[in-house]
Amino acid sequence: MTIAAVQSNPTPAILPGSGGLRGALSDLFWRRPKFLLTLMLLPPLLWLGIVYIGSLFALLAQSFFSIDEFSGLINREFTLKTYSDLLQAANLDIILRTVTMAALVTLASAVIAFPIAYYAARYARGRWKALFYLGVMLPLWSSYLVKIYAWKLILAKEGILTWLLAKLNLLWLLDAWLSLPIVGGNSLSVSFTGTFIVFVYVWLPFMILPVQAALERVPGNLVEASSDLGASPGQTFRNVLFPLALPGIVAGSIFTFSLTLGDYIIPQIIGTSRLFIGQAVYSQQGTAGNIPLAAAFTVVPIVIMGFYLWGAKRMGAFDAL
Amino acid sequence: MTSAVSFKQVSRHFGSVRAVDAVDLEIAPGEFFAMLGPSGSGKTTCLRLIAGFEQPTAGSISIFGDRAEGVPPYRRNVNTVFQDYALFPHLNVLDNVAYGLMVKGVGKAERLKAAEEALSLVRLPGYGARRPGQLSGGQRQRVALARALVNQPKVLLLDEPLGALDLKLRENMQEELKSLQKVLGITFVFVTHDQGEALSMADRVAVFNDGRIMQVGTPEDIYQRPNTRFVADFVGSSNVLPPDFVQRYSGQRRWGSLRPESIRVSSATSGDGVAARLVGTNYLGATTRLALDADGLRLHAVVPAGTALPAEGEAVMLTFNRDSLHLMDEPA
Repeated sequence: MTIAAVQSNPTPAILPGSGGLRGALSDLFWRRPKFLLTLMLLPPLLWLGIVYIGSLFALLAQSFFSIDEFSGLINREFTLKTYSDLLQAANLDIILRTVTMAALVTLASAVIAFPIAYYAARYARGRWKALFYLGVMLPLWSSYLVKIYAWKLILAKEGILTWLLAKLNLLWLLDAWLSLPIVGGNSLSVSFTGTFIVFVYVWLPFMILPVQAALERVPGNLVEASSDLGASPGQTFRNVLFPLALPGIVAGSIFTFSLTLGDYIIPQIIGTSRLFIGQAVYSQQGTAGNIPLAAAFTVVPIVIMGFYLWGAKRMGAFDAL
Repeated sequence: MTSAVSFKQVSRHFGSVRAVDAVDLEIAPGEFFAMLGPSGSGKTTCLRLIAGFEQPTAGSISIFGDRAEGVPPYRRNVNTVFQDYALFPHLNVLDNVAYGLMVKGVGKAERLKAAEEALSLVRLPGYGARRPGQLSGGQRQRVALARALVNQPKVLLLDEPLGALDLKLRENMQEELKSLQKVLGITFVFVTHDQGEALSMADRVAVFNDGRIMQVGTPEDIYQRPNTRFVADFVGSSNVLPPDFVQRYSGQRRWGSLRPESIRVSSATSGDGVAARLVGTNYLGATTRLALDADGLRLHAVVPAGTALPAEGEAVMLTFNRDSLHLMDEPA
């Protein structure tokens, strides 16, 4: 651009409106940004508010109905009878089993996810970062059922794991583990250990990604500052990295915990014949036709998650946000 | 007397990049030492070598006589004030300051008391309960300083600590840092790219370029007697004069340095001096900076405000004292 061209620039300082409906709309949206926001948020709000939350409340309401034990019909009167059914020993057993499993799966996921997330956030660059995302996401792209059946074959008595341990002369270790009460069984694929392994495998990405995102936001110089002030790597982890990663771990644990609480397919295919909450809901609303009890069962994870989040907040898990 | 910090032929190479290249350096105990240089000159890497965040690829470093290579940062009694402060966002100010004592196992009451005292030292008493996010840049800077000083380090490293502050605050902090250093007697090593800051605060200055030290000396040495063209130009934007030009005035064929404030400008068109043409003027408040063209040689002069100036484009005559023409060691 020459100086002469700049000085003889013929365009006016204020450009005319582009006219038409599109021009008018653009100007309107610019003048009233909130109008545009409302317009964009309306469909998802309607969907979430009416279809999603609405059906959730319908479900909750069902749990206050009861079933007539002779006719099998639902009595649409508000009562706490279903909740007293829920608190029977057999049902409490199911709840305790599911919550214990969910807690263990969450703990194991966090322990396994942290180093992976730490590597991805601190060291992986360019190609390696892409590989990390691919590696974490790839399992999510294939069918959940295929993965579970694949694990059934891996964990079966004739499966590759038994074969591998036999080759390594470590079969005694597997047998010793399987002979333990509760966690043991005839083979891994029909034991709680198997259920646990598959749960951890399936939900691990949901833990890795939030932890990685949280660690990504921790400036590297905080780690240096901690070390500069005399903290050993272990102290730096406890006092700086872990507290700052905690919101991510809590976010991830919401996924792993609630997904385990609600799942009914994995324990059905891999594990013992003892029920988890999801299976109980499935059989109550299906074969048993007891919709109120099924609804009451689904309230349990919601209440547990509520307490979990409340406790996490009280412990300061979100302070670093 | 053992040096506070001693570098012997220290290099830090990152692949083919020589961030620090065969540097020798002695910093005396209790000294306020500045490392000055443009970005990428290796000054910050030198600081990180002292702190222990980097390990030298060659050479040896000792801190108060003790070998420092292979010693992790947490075993060095050296503390750093980071460029962007690096305060822990999840801890309040008091816990931030007490952090170093906490990881050393000092009891809670004792360390909080020490932290409170350190906050008073940097003139932030009573700020302990706040979060770093609630403080201004200048206050964060003081907290970072208190957090380092509370450990009573043998050497305090400051990585461009004033870079993010506005001018007024920066000037205040310069004075405060200087007087704090005098009171505490701790060796301060200060990295900066601001030559004014280095000259005004430091006892001695090392000028860095391309991973090497170009010159070490007192601020006056560095400013008045630069030994290379780089130092003359980087510190105070001196006029670097080519050997041919210098030969005419001093008889020696060497590179010369002439400070802009040593040049007198008159509108005389004849007589002794260097004939030049005024190309531009920059009003700087207390002074005016003149851009001059002396037969193709670009020169700058600084004259006090209020001096009557010729118009731009006019011919002027430049004069200077022979003493103020400094001859540099750099070969012609």
